[in-house]
Amino acid sequence: MAASDFSRLIAAAADTIAAHAEELTALDQAIGDGDHGLNMKRGFEAVRAEADAFAAKPLPEALKGVGTKLVMTVGGASGPLFGTLFMALGKELPAAPDRSGLTAAFGKAIEAVAARGKSQPGQKTMLDVLQPVYEALAQGKTAGEIADAADKAAETTVPMRALRGRASFLGDRSIGHMDAGARSTALLVRAVAGAIEGN
Amino acid sequence: MSNVGIVIVSHSPLVAEGTADMVRQMVGDEVPLAWCGGNGHGGLGTSVEAIMGAIDKAWSEAGVAILVDLGGAETNSEMAVEMIGEPRSHKIVVCNAPIVEGAVMAATESSGGASLKEVVATAHELSPS
Repeated sequence: MAASDFSRLIAAAADTIAAHAEELTALDQAIGDGDHGLNMKRGFEAVRAEADAFAAKPLPEALKGVGTKLVMTVGGASGPLFGTLFMALGKELPAAPDRSGLTAAFGKAIEAVAARGKSQPGQKTMLDVLQPVYEALAQGKTAGEIADAADKAAETTVPMRALRGRASFLGDRSIGHMDAGARSTALLVRAVAGAIEGN
Repeated sequence: MSNVGIVIVSHSPLVAEGTADMVRQMVGDEVPLAWCGGNGHGGLGTSVEAIMGAIDKAWSEAGVAILVDLGGAETNSEMAVEMIGEPRSHKIVVCNAPIVEGAVMAATESSGGASLKEVVATAHELSPS
């Protein structure tokens, strides 16, 4: 991947998080502690500020750098969770990945996120988006189809009862709200898919 | 100092500092002790960077036991341990125990020269299993 392409991915991710920060915070206010939008925005703006330095590195190192930056700046439980996603992707991806290399690395990264959060799909978390995205990747879907799958997957968290995170304290009252982490994951997937399709 | 270090991680700096005060008063200064709390931006929360700093401050060759409050404190502490990396990460344990009682009991055990394993086991005894 060319350095300018990686910078463009970072810009697309940071743009979508900034544009939806209030929506993410509103989702988190419903069933969490109400800081998700602000936290994610702070993290992705910190990544954007160093985009050129990340982009100058080989792809695995760049992703690890992004992940570490998110861990240090997002805060909350989201920092380690989103940070782990990028750090694990960086660890698992070859320098010039093809679709099967990307799919395998994404699968490993999801396992790392699940281990970090001691969670699994079906518990109203970002994993409920990551898992269908992995399946769409494995089935050879286009970038646009993968983004659609992510949006649909985020919707499926609405009727779920939260079993992990702050929302789990609410029990049945968590039902009827979309998980904020699932929503931000779907936003990031669409941003990355859009940037890749724009090539 | 060769006694096991104790790190207190709360979402609230007031809770973390207050817990550390209780440990100091009840156990004394024989135990390396550090605390952190807050998200680093003036709000409630925990920060991986601050946790890594607290681990450094309370570092002991005998190891470090971390006491946490709510879920995010545990996730962030585990992340901090991983980022500190080997070989030190093998000597750091995030305890499953109530933060105040766990910190006081772990520090009491540590002050007597107990191993990291013994300190952690003492804290874990406080948790209903």
